[in-house]
Amino acid sequence: MRVGLFVTCLVDLMRPSIGFSALKLLEHAGCRVVVPETQTCCGQPAYNAGDAKAVRGLALKFMEEFAGCDYVVAPSGSCAGMIRTHYPDLFRAEPEILAELEPLCRRTYELTDFLVSVMKLERVPGRFSGSLTYHDSCSGLRELGISRQPRALLAKMPGVRLVEMRESTTCCGFGGTFSLKFGDISARMADHKCDHGEATGADALAGGDLGCLLNIEGRLRRRGNHTTRVLHIAELLAGEEGQD
Amino acid sequence: MECSAGEFKHRAAQKLGDVKLQAALRRLQDKFVDGRAAALAELDGFDSLADAAAAVRERALADLDGYLLRFEREAIARGAHVHWAETGADANRIVVEIAAAHGVRTAAKSKSMVSEECGLNHALEQAGIRVTETDLGEYILQLAQEPPSHIVAPVVHKSKEEISELFHEKHHTPRKTDIAELCREAREVLRPAFLGADMGISGANFLVAETGSAVIVTNEGNGRLVTTLPRVHVVITGIEKVVPTLEDLATLLRLLPRSATGQAITNYVSLLTGAKGERDPDGPEQMHVILLDNGRSRLLGDELQSILRCIRCGACMNHCPVYQNVGGHAYGWVYPGPMGSVLTPAYQGLENALDLPHACTMCGACGAVCPVRIPLPDLLRRLRERQTERGLRPWRERLALRLWAWTAKRATLYAVGTRAAAWLLARAGGKDRLLHRLPGAAGWSAGRDMPAPPGRTFRDLYRERGRR
Repeated sequence: MRVGLFVTCLVDLMRPSIGFSALKLLEHAGCRVVVPETQTCCGQPAYNAGDAKAVRGLALKFMEEFAGCDYVVAPSGSCAGMIRTHYPDLFRAEPEILAELEPLCRRTYELTDFLVSVMKLERVPGRFSGSLTYHDSCSGLRELGISRQPRALLAKMPGVRLVEMRESTTCCGFGGTFSLKFGDISARMADHKCDHGEATGADALAGGDLGCLLNIEGRLRRRGNHTTRVLHIAELLAGEEGQD
Repeated sequence: MECSAGEFKHRAAQKLGDVKLQAALRRLQDKFVDGRAAALAELDGFDSLADAAAAVRERALADLDGYLLRFEREAIARGAHVHWAETGADANRIVVEIAAAHGVRTAAKSKSMVSEECGLNHALEQAGIRVTETDLGEYILQLAQEPPSHIVAPVVHKSKEEISELFHEKHHTPRKTDIAELCREAREVLRPAFLGADMGISGANFLVAETGSAVIVTNEGNGRLVTTLPRVHVVITGIEKVVPTLEDLATLLRLLPRSATGQAITNYVSLLTGAKGERDPDGPEQMHVILLDNGRSRLLGDELQSILRCIRCGACMNHCPVYQNVGGHAYGWVYPGPMGSVLTPAYQGLENALDLPHACTMCGACGAVCPVRIPLPDLLRRLRERQTERGLRPWRERLALRLWAWTAKRATLYAVGTRAAAWLLARAGGKDRLLHRLPGAAGWSAGRDMPAPPGRTFRDLYRERGRR
């Protein structure tokens, strides 16, 4: 099975270890993974800023790069959601493009969803030991229905004790450019997330989208919390947490 | 009501620092979010009911003129008068004319957001008519001379203590802290206003085309007093509120109170049909229904049409993490939260509410809870696109996005840029590997650090690994 890894622009730049963890997990699950080297970004920032036209070129580029793949997997519900639910809308009036793009979009998955729903993964290599609380990122949750998948995978790690926080499904305040345009509101939302996360007493807060994790970790550190670890689900499952 | 949506950012910053407001917003969230969840859990399936409700609303909108004319015919047949108002000013003028024709000196009002759109109270006062708001929340706001901050719970931003102080000051009575006592005091003050009013003014949650009825869904008895005691009853509502049949109404009534306040049904659901008949013991001698357009018909056939399905339950704002943190007044016009961020630019002009469609993280919570399936995030995004199309975004933002999209299409150039950025950010991160300041992104770093990257991009590391 040929699986294309869509690394995402944020992981490429800010935390490559998540990309390598995703790669490891996919290979562990028995996939033949290809990583198209020319990939960049799915275009969501421009799409949500109101410049859908700017995204069309990126969508076509994506289609070309991943054309031969049985599946495309991204370690992000936000990017996978953009591709899966919004790319087709950009070409509604162009049936020829849609005929090729839409099936590819339907074969695009968020990492944990793919591992659970498609690969039916039985065992994970991760060895994390301690308590965890899980933040449900918005796009993954509401566009792709990702909620039980990461928890099901964490349950396969005997050392993990999952402690749910209050309002785990409430937005952390990241929202892409929202976090820059409305920094004060965004930071307040992150504050609530930090409060709820800290209240669980968990050793680490985990999630499936790096954007949210940077936001939450950034706020935690600014508040003076330097102990709660903030980890991506891929790093945890792959046993690569603490690596760069 | 004057629109000050252009001041959203400034107002939001103030509201974030308002400790009392923050406490009030927490209470609202606990009550309405949990209440809705519990009330909907009683139903077999929210999804199928919401689909049915959306279909009812779409059916009404698809043939809106037909259903409105049907409503008009049926209402007139039952002794009501129907008026059509294109703008808020037209609606105000019609109410003032009705008042003049019937020698009205005083009016008692039940809650109506449409009348807030028109600034009706002000117009009536200008015409020398004394108006009393009789919904408890609206009455408090009238005393405080403030606009509502929520469409269902208009005074949600005020604490019990603030209301106690306000009553003490305005009623010249001893301070009370018990909510029941405060309510009793309001009731005593308001009773003469009901009994003495020449005109009762109400809104309508729905209009039923097949019977010509105006429907109001309330928890306080004031709605029935206002619509039955005074000799003239005026309903003022938006043209989109019409539903074809009583059966359609029943579908919507299963969802409205549950979505709004977490109640299976409100204390009162009143169907007001025509003026007092010959054999009726009581009721108004005159019933007038004013159907207001005020920008609504412009949305028919438009990409934003689905916002006209809105049944004003407030669930979108109750679940909106932005509303939950800044409250309704930050939004600057009648309707706050996600539905308001669509309606304000739609009715007041895109250029007068530039921040509202962007004041949203696209978290999707509003769309998920909407009982009539309005795709609110999509509508907000569409408004952002319109701002871009009309050149209303700041040039720096447009340039940055374009430049970024242009680069992202060129893999080699993009790789050079990200390689440099990764290196620079890693250096700037220092020993604790945190960026405390981000030049050009102060919005982020004013309240947050940025965890620094390790310094090499995935792309470079992956290529290196392949060579090994």
